[in-house]
Amino acid sequence: MMFKKCLSVLFTCLIFISSARAQLVIEITSGADQLLPIAVVPFGYEGVDALPEDIAQIVEADLARSGLFQPIPRSNMLSMPSKEADVFYRDWRLLKSDYVVIGAIKKLPNNQYRIGFELLNVLSQKPVQKHSSIDVSARNFRDAAHYISDKVYELLTGTRGAFSTRILYVTAEGDKKAPLFKLQVADADGHRPQVVVESKEPILSPSWSMDGRKIAYVMFRNRRPNIFIQELATGKRQQIAQFRGLNGAPAWSPDGKKLALVLSKDNNPEIYTLDIATQKLERMTNHYAIDTEPSWEPDGKGIVFTSDRGGNPQIYRLDVNSKRVERVTFEGDLNTRARMTPDGRYLVTVQKNDGNYHIALQDMKTGRVQILTETYLDESPSIAPNGSMVMYATTYQGKGILAVVSVDGLVKYRLPSADGDVREPSWSPYFK
Amino acid sequence: MSVTKLGKFAVIGLSAAWIAGCSTTATDTDSSTVAEDANSTEQANENTDQAFGAGQDGAMTSVIVDESAATNDNGMDSLAGVQTVFYFDFDKSIVRPESREALAKHAEYLVSHPDARIVLEGHADERGTREYNMALGERRAKAISRYLTIQGVAASQIETVSFGEEVPVAFGHDSNAWQLNRRVEVRYE
Repeated sequence: MMFKKCLSVLFTCLIFISSARAQLVIEITSGADQLLPIAVVPFGYEGVDALPEDIAQIVEADLARSGLFQPIPRSNMLSMPSKEADVFYRDWRLLKSDYVVIGAIKKLPNNQYRIGFELLNVLSQKPVQKHSSIDVSARNFRDAAHYISDKVYELLTGTRGAFSTRILYVTAEGDKKAPLFKLQVADADGHRPQVVVESKEPILSPSWSMDGRKIAYVMFRNRRPNIFIQELATGKRQQIAQFRGLNGAPAWSPDGKKLALVLSKDNNPEIYTLDIATQKLERMTNHYAIDTEPSWEPDGKGIVFTSDRGGNPQIYRLDVNSKRVERVTFEGDLNTRARMTPDGRYLVTVQKNDGNYHIALQDMKTGRVQILTETYLDESPSIAPNGSMVMYATTYQGKGILAVVSVDGLVKYRLPSADGDVREPSWSPYFK
Repeated sequence: MSVTKLGKFAVIGLSAAWIAGCSTTATDTDSSTVAEDANSTEQANENTDQAFGAGQDGAMTSVIVDESAATNDNGMDSLAGVQTVFYFDFDKSIVRPESREALAKHAEYLVSHPDARIVLEGHADERGTREYNMALGERRAKAISRYLTIQGVAASQIETVSFGEEVPVAFGHDSNAWQLNRRVEVRYE
């Protein structure tokens, strides 16, 4: 089957070298009110050699982390079928499981594995979708598992899953006075981290291109900030801004052609756009106040940014065509670093109230504002491509860690790292 | 996900993996940089970049190690013991009265040594967002810069750079640490 073949090639290309280095570990701290009970049965396997990963366990962890599902513990399962013909639906009704995921793994002659899976509805006693399978090599078991999680999530919620996405983040390790900065890329669940760049000078503001193949970031060199664009696959890097003063906050336009950035070459921080192909720079704001932290609206027509032109920092919207600016946020002592959900409905900001910095969500239709977090010194919010979750940086037990909150504020989890500070998360788009 | 899209990506991915597998040296294509001032022209020997061919197995990323050495010491006797770090109030960029005496000495030195160059490095505390703090650090460095130019120092002798909250000197999460981190450091080039 053509589809299957393409997918297996895709997974072969998405190889990461698994590393024994410390990685981010998930700690779920709160979930939604109504959790959907689901059983992910260990996948059947008739081979002799050990499998590299427990697919069912990864799928179960993905679904649990979304905060919408309540997985049935394996130890409670009365049977462990791997094909529909072997399923006794009453076993799962007894366990009050609404859905069951089953699957089987078969070793193919070419060092590949065929992973078949099925989602079953316990109430209707029928499969939710037809049995399907993917072929992967041993090192792509995690990709296969996230693919299955995405399918199950989409079938049951109607929203595309974001388990196959990745995150960029910066770590500062070693001696606090002279740390080693590393820009890393990992799976959305924190597994398989890989260092993209490391430097003794600070790295910040990583940002994905819309196809997920390139990144932009700020890195100091010779004690001055520069903006780089880098291809993830090859490491090929391009220095795109090294003006006098600030070179900061790069943000890719939705069409991938431009980069919004902050320069202070004309005296104070202003928003510019850079046409990547022509290198043409266009100044977008003109104000003696600080203008920074640009982020494109999903349709590319507007850029939201932080400005203290009104006295204290608030979020403003810049119309890309007319360059007209209007204020967007009015609640809280200040609002900074805005990001918009992919549907354009909500604006996520860092809001300060009574000295506390939290992640806030503003409904762009009604103007209603909700504080999503109660952690300490929250910053750098980044939204999952399906708009369900916000990853952000916070301080926990004196250390910088990443945390996640759902846009409804109900689901929360942390991704602490074993060593060093973690900051500046950036959630990837879907990989097309 | 459509089949054609998948296939296309697979081809791109394959060639990318091939390239990664073949290259073991840095591919820094700085030729297309849009930088305009000579001061920031890159000097290859000051940076030790290393790209590891992490792609022998077709890995998606490769590593670039970036080490920059940047220290300068021009032993200036007349400035011995003069304060080089100046502190600021929260969210403020006003030069404090107690900073004036030491800044006057720096100004005097710079006026009498027109060839001397300084970099004013502005810093913020950890509160607030990182890029906003980059702007705030710059605003503080510019406040010191203005103070010096009013004393007759040529603007061409001064460069302002911000490190935002990225390079703290105190590591607590309390007002003492924050005070020490809200600063501008004077560095002679």
